[in-house]
This record gives sequence, C-alpha cells and structure tokens, in this order.
Amino acid sequence: MSWMKSLFVREYQLANRVGGGALIGVLFFLAVVTIFPFGVGPDMILLSRIGAAILWIGALLATLLGLDRLFQADREDGSLELLVMSGRSLELVVLIKCAAHWAATGLPLVLATPVLSLFVGLDFQSIVLVTLTLLVGAPALTLVGAVGAGVTVSMRRGGVLLSILVIPLAIPILIFGVSAATAGAIDSNNFLVPFLFLCALTLFGLVVGPLAAAAALRVSGE
Amino acid sequence: MVVSGAMNQLKLVCQGVACDRGGRRVLNHVDLEVGSGEALIVQGPNGVGKSSLLRVIAGLVAKANGTITLEGGMPERSVAEHSHYFGHLDALKPLQTVLENLSFWRSFFEPAEFGDGKVRESMSELEALDTLGIAHTSSLPAGYLSAGQRRRLSVARLLVVPRPVWLLDEPTSALDKASEEVLLGLIADHIHAGGLVVAATHLPLNLPNTKFLNLSPVTTESEHMFAGDDLDDYFDEPEQDEG
Repeated sequence: MSWMKSLFVREYQLANRVGGGALIGVLFFLAVVTIFPFGVGPDMILLSRIGAAILWIGALLATLLGLDRLFQADREDGSLELLVMSGRSLELVVLIKCAAHWAATGLPLVLATPVLSLFVGLDFQSIVLVTLTLLVGAPALTLVGAVGAGVTVSMRRGGVLLSILVIPLAIPILIFGVSAATAGAIDSNNFLVPFLFLCALTLFGLVVGPLAAAAALRVSGE
Repeated sequence: MVVSGAMNQLKLVCQGVACDRGGRRVLNHVDLEVGSGEALIVQGPNGVGKSSLLRVIAGLVAKANGTITLEGGMPERSVAEHSHYFGHLDALKPLQTVLENLSFWRSFFEPAEFGDGKVRESMSELEALDTLGIAHTSSLPAGYLSAGQRRRLSVARLLVVPRPVWLLDEPTSALDKASEEVLLGLIADHIHAGGLVVAATHLPLNLPNTKFLNLSPVTTESEHMFAGDDLDDYFDEPEQDEG
C-alpha cells in the first residue's frame, strides 16, 4: 500500500511544481468563462440560462490543458519504462496518477466554479448544482482524457490530437452534467436522473479509463 | 552445499530471440545463458541491437520470436519484474530533490527474490548516495545535478531495491574514471552476491566471471527474408558466432 501513497504524493507534488500547477488551469478556466459574456453580449437572462454549459465547457477545456503531459513527461525522462517493469499493476498506477492529477488540477477548478458562476449571472441554487455536477463529473473527464494521453504518449505534439480524440468521448459527460445542473435549477425533481447518469459515467470511466490507458502504455515502449 | 547451491541458482536463458523495430529486423536468433554470479557483456558496433536486446529482456519491446525465461525465479513474476533496467534515460524528476527521487523508487519498486528465496538486504537511500559520492547533494533538486551526478543518482536506484537481474545499457557513459571504478565495484559486488548482470557496451568492462556475446549485424539475406524470401534459407544463416 505504501507504494500507492508515495506515487500519489510524488505525482501531486510534481503537478503542483510544474509550470504554475493548479493556478494555470484555474486562470485558463477564468479566461474561457470571461470571454463568453463578451461574445454573447450583456444579456443576463441569456447568460444565466447557458451559464452551466459555459462553466462545463470551460472546465472541460481546462482539464484537457494539462493532460497531454500526464504520461509524456514520464516517457521522456525514462520513468515510464520503470513504471511498466516495476512489478506494480499498471492499471493502478494509471488510476493513482489520474487521482493525483485530478486532486492537483481538477479540484481547484471545482473550487473556482462558485466564483466564476457569478460572471455568468447564476443564482445561488444553480451555483450549488453546477459545482456539485462538476465535482462528480470532472473526474470522468480526467479518466477519459487519460486514455487519450496514453494513446498519444509517444507523439511530440500529442496535445492537439489528444483533444480531438477526447472531446467526442466527453460529450455524454457534458450532456448529463449540464442537463443535471440546468434541469435541477428549474425543477429539483428533474435533477436526480441525469445526475445519476453522470455518476454512472464517472464510475464507468473509473474502470475503463485505467484499463485502456495501461494497455496503450504497455505498447508505447516499441 | 554445492548441490543445494546449484538448486538455488537463477539462470536467465534466451533462446532464438528475434526483434523487429520500425518494420526492420534488428535481432535475429539470439541465444544466451547467464547464471547467478555471472556477467554477460553484449558487444558489437553501434546499431547492432545491443540496446534492443536489453529492452526485449526488460519486456519494454515485444519480441518477434523466441523465449526468455528466468530459471529459478519467482514463478508468478515475469523476467522484467526480477530486473533492474539501467538505460540511457535517468528517470529523474528535475523538480524533486535527489533524496525524494531516490526514496520514491525505493518505495515504488517491488523487490525481487534472488534464487535462494530470500530478498537481499538493500542499502538505505543515504548509504547508496554516500557510496556513489553524491550524499552532499541529497537535498538539492535533481535538476541542478551534472550529467555524471544524474547518472550516479540513477545507479543508486539499483542499490536501494534488491533485484537479482541487472540489465545495464552503456553503464559507464558520462561517468568519470573514479565513478566508473565505483560502479564497476558495485556491479562486481552484485555478481558476488549471486546477482546476474547483462551489460551492453562498446567499451571494455572489467568485471568478474564474465562471458561475452558478440552481436553481428542482421545480414542482408535475412532482410530479404523479412521481405518474403524462403524461410529455410534464413534460418540456415549462421549467427552471432563471429567476433
């Protein structure tokens, strides 16, 4: 068990020490959310209606921002080879790396959401719902992104390809996340069904993400 | 004693190992045997497949043909999981301190038994750094180390986690004369302790109980074969016997 803890601690430390860590993601999130009111215009009713979607898309893009380095940095310095031949389950290694990456970069996005919600004119109930859906759904974005990161690990500029691969897979997460947040704000009875689907997607990602990413990493040494 | 000793030996056996990289055959029919307390030095000119051979044994590159077994090893674990791979890359995180880097690999790597069913005692992080003469850097970020110091820190990983098989790819590159002596001493200690070493190098290494494997370039005939020529012609080619 202690190896899992030391891997988590190391990944968390590295994610925070590299290039501004959590702050970069949050600033990017801020930038994306801020440009929407400029594009849409000062229509508060329209903004608050699409506010949840803006926040979700902002969080999706901010999550993708750092994911290309998830395994690439390890591949470039030779750590990945050692992770593969360490005798530890590569699936668990991927899962722990995702958990640490999410704790370092995904969680700050969730924590920033209530503040950024004010920019798009959400009321209190919507702020709570958007934050809650992101808390539950954003890990799924990281897990799906990890598959893309595993597949593109050997590419020098894999970040763009990663986004192209991952964004279609993120559509279901986006649909259920946004519909839970917006439907819940209108009538709280409509909240539970899409929210449970969102939970299911995260649990699905929890299983499939590490398996697929580990399979991709195993053949990356070629 | 001798009999039970023989029963407790490890033996790395490769038979007919072949490997393709980038659609080209780089290794062909390689046979080798290394036992506990022995070193095998893989020699040959650049590009002959020395590194590929080590990477195949380490399980990092899929082999196209042949078998690789570790006789006397832990049955549920692969050859790679008995091995340390010491390649061209140092696997260091420049933003972590020297000690953090080493402690991580120490706690992360699963130790492997030597042939006698025991896990050997390993050095602590500071002992290993001290042995390699970089103890004074232990609280520096690894990014500040020189190439030779990075290399030595990478060697320290082999000392803090006991594993019987050491796969060393050009182990002495970037090391000065004194550090090279230290490293060769450590490899010799590992061999005397019942470990086994496969080292790829184009420089002479002064190690005890050494065997040699001379790799020669895969012949053009076999490249033709790879393009679809007769299989028998190809396997009749004498291999790895010059040098």
